[in-house]
Amino acid sequence: MIRRRHVPPSVSLAEISPELAKLSRRRLLRHGLSLGSLALLTGCDLSTHSGVDAALWAMLGFNDRVQAALFNPQRLAETYPASAITRPFRFNAYYRVWEVRMVPDNWRLAVTGLVADKTPWTVDRLSGLPQQAQITRHICIEGWSQIGQWSGVPLHLFLRRVGADLRARYVAFTCFDGYSTSIDMASALHPQTILTLDFEQQPLTAEWGAPVRLRIPVKLGFKSAKNLESIAVTNTYPGGFWENQGYDWFSGV
Amino acid sequence: MHWIGAAAVICMFLSGWAIYNASPSLPFTFPRGLTLGGWLAAGIAWHISVMWVLFADGLAYLAYGTISGHFWRDLRPTGPRALLRDFWDALRFRLPHRLGHYNAVQRLLYTAVIILICLQVLTGLSIWKPVQLAWLARLLGGYPIARNIHLAMMFCIIAFLAVHLLLVAIFPRTLVSMVASATAEEEQ
Repeated sequence: MIRRRHVPPSVSLAEISPELAKLSRRRLLRHGLSLGSLALLTGCDLSTHSGVDAALWAMLGFNDRVQAALFNPQRLAETYPASAITRPFRFNAYYRVWEVRMVPDNWRLAVTGLVADKTPWTVDRLSGLPQQAQITRHICIEGWSQIGQWSGVPLHLFLRRVGADLRARYVAFTCFDGYSTSIDMASALHPQTILTLDFEQQPLTAEWGAPVRLRIPVKLGFKSAKNLESIAVTNTYPGGFWENQGYDWFSGV
Repeated sequence: MHWIGAAAVICMFLSGWAIYNASPSLPFTFPRGLTLGGWLAAGIAWHISVMWVLFADGLAYLAYGTISGHFWRDLRPTGPRALLRDFWDALRFRLPHRLGHYNAVQRLLYTAVIILICLQVLTGLSIWKPVQLAWLARLLGGYPIARNIHLAMMFCIIAFLAVHLLLVAIFPRTLVSMVASATAEEEQ
């Protein structure tokens, strides 16, 4: 017989058991996690006001805290040789490719919230900042993935340049195509998080997020917002287009 | 422990199917009514919620099985000859089910499903955190391959479940020991 002490996981059971007890026992079990009543649960899809959906939202919040604890700000996403780049690269957005928005005339990148310098940025000015290139795997929340090549201004460099409050909790992005998303400050400062200007060594075209998009390989693909129009540094939870519908907010990989 | 685990595994199947349906890698999707959550975000919410139940129950079961001697006593392989004999008997439906005793086929199947579920947890972790747990993803062949293994293991566990439920249906009295603790029967 083997007697071995169990190595505690990075999040201890003691830490999660009150949450688990509260959420899974009181709510889930009361509403019936038994096999027979599974049919009733299939209606719980994060859009209702039922207790089960409330429990699911609470568990998403709990999982976000676990993910933030698992996140190592120094760990880099794997990079690949140019030969590994996926071609053709798959287009993906919340709309179809023929609905791609052209860049508005006199486009500027607005910077708002907890920053010292709120001067809007042109593409030329962004191009003047130090650039960084990467070939990384873009992993979609749907499960598929592809390897692409991007380059642009590291976000940590940009945030320091505009005098952002780096102790703030969130960095939020809004896009002129109607999209929005937000990330935690630790992930925003990750060395591979870049304000992307180029895709496959060419300036971004509209379908790939012109003129500037976010590329963040330590998050699922939907966090890499295209067609940016403003960046906000804030302590108020900003949510996002998909996050407000139930996509897991942290979505780190 | 068995029933919490069983409910958790079923919920993981049903919510996993909702996630699979968002980007099917095989030429079919699961009927929406059969999934838990119905769409991608809700499927994920279910999957990463029930994951904790399965994780806690699985750890408790592994600890119990090791410490109580259940694994050593009941699941230890009894050799290829016993397995062949019991398998042949099982095919002819002549294998006796004695409560409290595990025949060679049961030992093999139960050990296999424990390993499958452990592997499923590992592949699941590796595709949940392919960067933070990069070593695990690499060990399993990288993100896309780990994702395929995760799907394949699901089908293997379903295959086990089909055999398992079929045998319970054929020998319904074994259910008694699953609900209440039954004393072991003497060999005849």
